[in-house]
Formats: sequence, C-alpha cells, structure tokens
Amino acid sequence: MTDVAVQPAPVRRTPYLARWAATPFHIGCAALIAAYLVAFLIVPVASVVFVAFWDGSGFTLVNFADFFRTSIMIESAWNSIYVGLMTVALASAIAVPLAYFTVRFRFRGAAIIQTLGVVPLVMPPFVGAVAMQLVFGKNGSINLLLMDAFGFRIPFMDGLNGVIFVEALHYFPFILLNLSASLANIDSAMEESAQNLGASGWRLFSRIVFPLALPGYVAGAALVFAKVFDDLATPLLLNVTNMLAPQAYLRVTSVGIADPMGYVISTILVVLSVMAVWLSLLALKNREFATQQRGGGGLSKREISRGERIAAYGFILAALFLALSPHIGILLLSVGTIWSFSVLPDGFTLAHYTTIFREAGGFMSNTILYCAIAALIDVVLGAMIAYLAMRTRLPGRHLLDQIAMAAVAVPGLVLGIGILRTYFPVDLPFGAGSLATFWLMLAIAYSVRRLPYALRSCSAALQQLHQSLEEAAENLGASKSTTLMRIVVPLMAGGILAGFVTSFATAAVELSATLLLVTRDANAPLSYGIYVYMQSPAGRGPGAALGVVAVVVVAIATWLSFRVAERDRAKRTRSGMAI
Amino acid sequence: MFTTKRRNLLATIGAFALIFGAAPASAQPLEEKLVIVTSFSRDVTGPFVAAFQKLHPGTKVEIQSRSTTAGVSFIRETRSNPPDMFWASAPDAFEVLKKGSLLQKYKPSATGIAERVGPSPVNDPEGFYFGFAASGYGIMYNTRYVRANSLPIPKEWDDLKKPEFFGHVGISAPSRSGTTHLTVETILQGEGWDKGWASLLEIGGNFASVSDRSFGVPDAVNSGQYGVGIVIDFFGLSAKASGFPVEFVYPSVTTIVPANIGIVAGAKNGNAAKAFVEFLLSDEGQTLLLDPKIQRLPVRLSVYDKAPAGYPNPFKNASLGSRVNFNNDVSEVRYELLNSLFDRLITFRLKELTEAWKSIHAATAAVSKSRSAEGQKLLANARKLASSAPITEAQAKDPQIAGSFQEKRPDKPVAARQAEFEEQWDAFARRNYAEAKSLAEQAARAR
Repeated sequence: MTDVAVQPAPVRRTPYLARWAATPFHIGCAALIAAYLVAFLIVPVASVVFVAFWDGSGFTLVNFADFFRTSIMIESAWNSIYVGLMTVALASAIAVPLAYFTVRFRFRGAAIIQTLGVVPLVMPPFVGAVAMQLVFGKNGSINLLLMDAFGFRIPFMDGLNGVIFVEALHYFPFILLNLSASLANIDSAMEESAQNLGASGWRLFSRIVFPLALPGYVAGAALVFAKVFDDLATPLLLNVTNMLAPQAYLRVTSVGIADPMGYVISTILVVLSVMAVWLSLLALKNREFATQQRGGGGLSKREISRGERIAAYGFILAALFLALSPHIGILLLSVGTIWSFSVLPDGFTLAHYTTIFREAGGFMSNTILYCAIAALIDVVLGAMIAYLAMRTRLPGRHLLDQIAMAAVAVPGLVLGIGILRTYFPVDLPFGAGSLATFWLMLAIAYSVRRLPYALRSCSAALQQLHQSLEEAAENLGASKSTTLMRIVVPLMAGGILAGFVTSFATAAVELSATLLLVTRDANAPLSYGIYVYMQSPAGRGPGAALGVVAVVVVAIATWLSFRVAERDRAKRTRSGMAI
Repeated sequence: MFTTKRRNLLATIGAFALIFGAAPASAQPLEEKLVIVTSFSRDVTGPFVAAFQKLHPGTKVEIQSRSTTAGVSFIRETRSNPPDMFWASAPDAFEVLKKGSLLQKYKPSATGIAERVGPSPVNDPEGFYFGFAASGYGIMYNTRYVRANSLPIPKEWDDLKKPEFFGHVGISAPSRSGTTHLTVETILQGEGWDKGWASLLEIGGNFASVSDRSFGVPDAVNSGQYGVGIVIDFFGLSAKASGFPVEFVYPSVTTIVPANIGIVAGAKNGNAAKAFVEFLLSDEGQTLLLDPKIQRLPVRLSVYDKAPAGYPNPFKNASLGSRVNFNNDVSEVRYELLNSLFDRLITFRLKELTEAWKSIHAATAAVSKSRSAEGQKLLANARKLASSAPITEAQAKDPQIAGSFQEKRPDKPVAARQAEFEEQWDAFARRNYAEAKSLAEQAARAR
C-alpha cells in the first residue's frame, strides 16, 4: 500500500481537455450518452409533459401554484415522503443483516440466498396484487388463520403503514444487492488492522465495516426511497390514493382528460426524486471510501459458532419467508383451482401450466431478449455516466447523472405516449413498420426506465475505487481506455452486476409502457401476457402461472450472474492478482 | 322476418365464399389483415376471431390487447398508420375518439337489431360506433364471505346503505371506469341530483375501497377481499361460470349500457373492418355472446330464443333499465365534472366519509334506544352533512363551471380553474364529514 502521488495530468493535451481531465474518448462518450437521453427520455417526455406549463396560449406556472394551494396535494406530498423514509428504515432492517451474513460468514449457498433476495423485485403485474391480498389482505390466509385461532386480525395492508410494509418487502433487494457488492469490496486489511487494535463484534461492524460500505448502502437506500416515492402499483393495490404517485397516475390515465395537474405532479415527482438522490450523495461528500488494496476477496469469511449459525439461519429464513410469501401466493394461485375467502385454494391442478405452454411460449424468450438488452444498455450507460461524473470535470457531467436519475419518476405511460408521439411517424427501412412499434423500442424504453438502478450501483462501486489505482496504471504506460477496460471495469464488477440484476429483474415485469408499445403478440413480453390473462376471472390461474415463469426466469438469470461473478472473483484471487 | 334475415346472411356468406373461392371479382374484396385494438379479454375476443376467420379464411385478425386508456392513447398517437378497429365497453372512450375525429362513419346493413337498449340508443346516433351487446349493472357478492360475516343477501341499491354492510362494499371510480360513470349518472338522473348524491354518499359510507380499474372490483369479490361489489353483469356472471363462489343480482332499478365497436378513421383494412361489424351483428356473432365465458346481452332480438332459461332479457324484462329516462345531453355536459366531484367527495376522502358514517350508524342505534329528541335532531343534521353535495344541479351544468373540467378553449371562458374548484370541494367534504362525525357522537351521548 505505497502511497501513489497524484501525478499532474500528462502534458500533450489541449488546455480544455486538461481542465476537464478528459480525453476525446470521454467527450465522445458524454455526447453519446447525452444523445441517447435526449432522444429516448427528454424529447418523448417533454412532448407529453409540456401541458403542465401551457395555459392554452403560452407558458405558465399557474398550475404549479395550484399544486401548492391544493391541500390534498400537500397532504399527498408529505405522505409520500413519510412512506419513503419509513420504507427505507424497514427495508434496511431486513436487508442489512441479510447482506452482512451472506458476505461475512462462510455459508453454503450464499448465491442462493442472494438470488432469493432478488426475487421480491419481480412482482408480476396484477398477479402480485391478487396474491398479496390473498396472503396478507384483510381476509387473506394469514388473517383467516388468526381469526380462526385467536379472533383478531392484523391490518398488514391498511393505509400508509400497509404501503410501508408491502414496499419494504418488495424493494429491500435494492439495499441488499448494493450493500453486498460494497461489502465484498472492502479491503480485508482494514478489518484486520481494526481487529489487531482490539475491535470486534458490533464495534467492528458499526465503526469500520459498515462505514466503509456506506456508498453501497446509500445507493440502495436512495433507490428504495426514490422508487417508493414514485411507485404507484402498491398504493393503488391498497387503495391508498393520498400519495403523489397515485394522484399523478389517476389523472394522467383517465380517458381523454386534458387536465394539466397530472403532469404537474409528475414534474414535481421528478424534481423531488432527483433531490433525494442528490441529498444522499451530499451525505457521502468529503468522506473517503476508496481503498487501494484489491483482490483480497472482500471481508475475511469466517466460520461461525453453532449458536450464531442458528440465529443467522433463523433470521435469514424468517426474512426470506416473509419477503417471498407473495411469491408463494402466486405459486399457489398458479396451481390452484378456485381460491376465494379461504386459507388455501380449494383444489390443485397443473392445467394452467399446460394452457400457458400451449399459448404463451414466445412471451418468455421475448422477455429474456428485451430485458437482457435493456440491462446491458443500462450498465454500459450507468458505468460511463458514473465514471464521467466522478473522474472527469467535464461541464454538465452532473447534469447527465441527474437526467438519467430523473427517469425513475417518469410514469411508464408518459414515456410510452411520448415515444409513440416522437417515433411513430418514423418508418424503418425494408417495410419493417414504424420505429416506435419495432420490438427494439421496448428494450430501449425499459433501459430508459431502469437506468437509474444501474447508475446508482455503478456510482457506488466507483466511489469505493481509489483513483490512485488508475493513476498507477497510467504511470505504467496504460492508455486511458486500457485503464478503463483492464482496471476500472473489473474492479467495479460487483456494482455493475448488481445494476444489471436490478435492471433486468424489474424490467421483466414492466407493464405500463409495454401496453402502449406492443403491437403484435409475437413481439410481446411476459408482462403483456399476464395482463391479457388477468382481464378475465378464468385467466387468473394462467396469469399466475406466467407470473411464476417470470419469477423463475429472473431467478435463473440472477443465479447465473452471481455464479459467473463468483467464479471470476475466485479466479482473480487465486492467481494472486492483488492490484 | 327471421327467415329473410337468415337468407340474407346466407347470401352474404355465399357471396364471400365466392370471392375467396374464385378470383376476387367483387368490388369490395376483404383485405388480408384486420387489426383490432381491444380492452376485452381473450375469453371474449377468441371465439369471435376464430369464427370470423372461419367465415373469411383470407383475412387474418390481429388482436392488440390494451387497457382502454392505453388503447385511446395508441389510436390518437398513430394517426398516420392506425389500427383498423377499436373494440371496448366504455362508451366514453368512443366519445373521446369521436370528438378527436379518430373514428369513421359506417351504417351497418344488419337488420333485426334493437334500436334502443335500456336508457340509451344501441348505436351512436351519428354512426361513428355501434353497440354489439348490452350489459347491465348490478350487485355481485361472494357467497362464502356473506355467510361467514352473517350478511343479508343484497338485492337492491338501498340494501347497500344498511349498517350491516359497513366496510363490505366495493366499487370502481367513475373517473376510471366508463360503466361505473353511467351507473352514477343513472342514479343521479333517476333519483334527482340531491337525493341521488345522498344515496351515493350513504352507500359510500359502507365502501371498503374505491378501485382504480373496473376489473379490480370483481377481482376483490372473487378473492373474498370484500364481500359485495357494484359491477357490470358479465364480471359477476363470468366469474360464476369460472367456478368462483359468487352470485350476481340485478337491482330493480338498474342501467343497461351497450358495449361498442368502431372503425378507426383512415383504417387500411376498411372492408374487413366493415365485415367484422356485420359479423358481430349477425345471428352467428350474436349467438356467441351467450357463451358462459362471455355472457353479454345480445342486441339482436331473435337470439334470445336460443338463450338458456333465465338468461336476462332487457327487451322483455321491464325492470332492466327502462324505469330511468336517461338524458344523454345532461350527462354529456357534466361528464368530466361528475368524475372529479365523485373523486373529491368519495374516492379521495373515503377514510373521512366512512368514519362519519360509522359514527352515524352507531348514533342511530343509540338514539333508537334512548329516544332522545335532542339526539334525533343532532343525528338528522349529521346525516344531512354527510350526504350533501357542494354544488347544485344547475351549477353542475353551468358551462362556466363544467367547462373548467374540459379542454381549455379560448371561446369558452370559465369561472375558475379545475384545481380551484377541486380545492373548494375537498375542503367542503373534509369539513362536512368531520362535523357530521362530531354531531353523531354528540347524538349518541344525548339523553
């Protein structure tokens, strides 16, 4: 760990490039990213949202004044902030111990726990809602059992607290994934030094380990907050309308309504989400998380005592059981005949699976294709934006970060309408139809909607990476791009992987933009199939079966990514490539 | 008459068979493709598409499933190369498309189709969209739930006002469901504005939730999340046919609404689209409506002869929708305003509304025991507060007010912005419900 002095920038550069600490390659990347965001986020969204600033003849801010004069809006804004913060707290209580256990202790099947930890992100549309009500609802399995045995109910799904409960179960993987990636990056030397100085147990965790992993935690927590803040599915499922996202949704999606308030709320959601992320980054400012030692394989794994093992397994099983109970519900729904006001379905059958394998095979491969493309675009863009924002001083680099982040708050329907409005008139060559309804556009729409996830993961990973490593490589003669490909990207792998997995998993169940952009069954993904089935009572079983397929697809993809990553890490450690 | 129709149909089929069997000599051959945007489930569209393709083997039907909102947006954004047809329930969605000049006129040649069903004409009077089936509103309940909670069987709208049903009833918001909107409008026209709102708010006091999509209500009743739902008939009937423990009843005052299909302006496959309309209205198409998974009410009168016993017939059963004289003009003027008003008074203030009615129900029980004159007076005031609307019927149709909820136009000045009215109504609702609650609590204590 010799201290590598910061070298002055190489001399043969134009003054601008030197001042920006950028190469033409960086500028090219920045321009490319900007073009992508302008083309597929800013222009489409602006073509829809401009109504918020339009009074029929010119620019106006009166609609924003109305927002702040309307008591239900103010109430909704506070409710959304409250729910966001409380969800972060509850999700942390689930995710932090899970992440710590899997990284810290020698567990068999850590990859399985990590995989199962991702599954809650995959909440298939409609099916997830029905299953959630059948398990946790006022007359769901748990409450029916409680009523029978003890004569009382627990209002899991009542009001704002219900929203917090469901959201925390749904989104804690954001923290789990990013924190795990961060923990795995901590230099074991740090921990050993602390131990040599006498720290252990809680003190070691709270003073050394957790603070070093803070970038990952903050990235995850910021994502949970932003996602919950902008989520409309859960509040609507619980019929809570006094929050901002459902207020915006209910207005934007009413048939034929020209009401500007929906777009006003959307704009405010975007601003508040970006602000939340910015505040979270501010909390990390002026602190140093980067360590130079790499390749130690993260925290030293250790064996745990029998008692500890039982406690740890107990917690893991309880947390996973709670988090996966909606998915158990979906599974039961998919193999059940009729399930109504009872603890379990009346009977069991495999007929729903025969139905979907006969009718819906193409949905599966489409989902994998679109989501893999989207997640790939996301990690490439996310890593580039993170690098530009943190390693260069290009003007507007933070703006790129913020614009990409704003996508978290753009309703899928708004993006879908915007893309149709912007690209439908553009025809593809060879009679392939319109660009807007071309299948690749679905992948692009997903990539825009899920970019914030990959971006935050990549940023957190880069934050832990000491710049001196890159400088050392450059001093040894490596070009900027070689350094990037051989040093930076491999060392960010954990964060990139976390970003890939979250983007992939959440894109697999995207519905609102899908419903606008799909034009043919042959090009449709799973979420569309689920929508189609869930429109009729007879379709509930097949819809749930498709939901199970979506979960399995994501789980396999996640598990494979972890396996690849683990093998990769093991390889690097074994060959002693401690950089 | 029946036989001539039958012969016409056969002749048509024969003609089409000729076209596709031999060289396309006719002036209007069908195109190879037909693209239909629909909000109906596959259970509904599947049999029609299969039968149509059998009849016209040269034409391949492509179904695009979209929610009504997404469907309307899609058609609006794809003007340059639109799908051929829009096929959905909500009449308001068709009105929006019609106003946007996104539909084309056609006059179906089928005969033997009813002119009116329930309160409204079957087809759009201007010929832009056509009713192919009818549906009535009613009450759907989960039999297991009703038994477990010892609820009476609901039969009439007024039953849903009873205190026993507190927290057991669900509905979808009229702003989210064109058919619920028609039900609310029917109640308001049938009972009058003030009495109608009093009924709606009193039933609203028993709501467990107001769903944001029509299908959310049958979903919840099927699962037993709540016991009673205000739904359109086929939701209840098809759920029952799929084996769920549910029943459906028509109250004696109900509304019947047509489900529609229209040809999109600029459709490339216009002939196939017209043939599809004719097929839906034909004897064969109408008979498909009787399928237990579809369960819509045919608009071709003769088809009821083939229906199983007990199949609802709005043309014979006088109670189905005919008691209310539905005025379309009245409805149209206040369409957007009514959606917003319902949301202000009920959807967004459901917690406050149900708390007020919970106290009123408790006070009613207490006062009937104590027989306190003071209590009766307080209770009457509480009821009045928890069941009144912030604007009168005259105000609701005033273009200065109703216009605030429609698209802004320089030639239509309005008194205030939508957000300003909404804030007034919201304040009205909160104040009234809080006061009603406190009055009811005083009434319960009065001796």
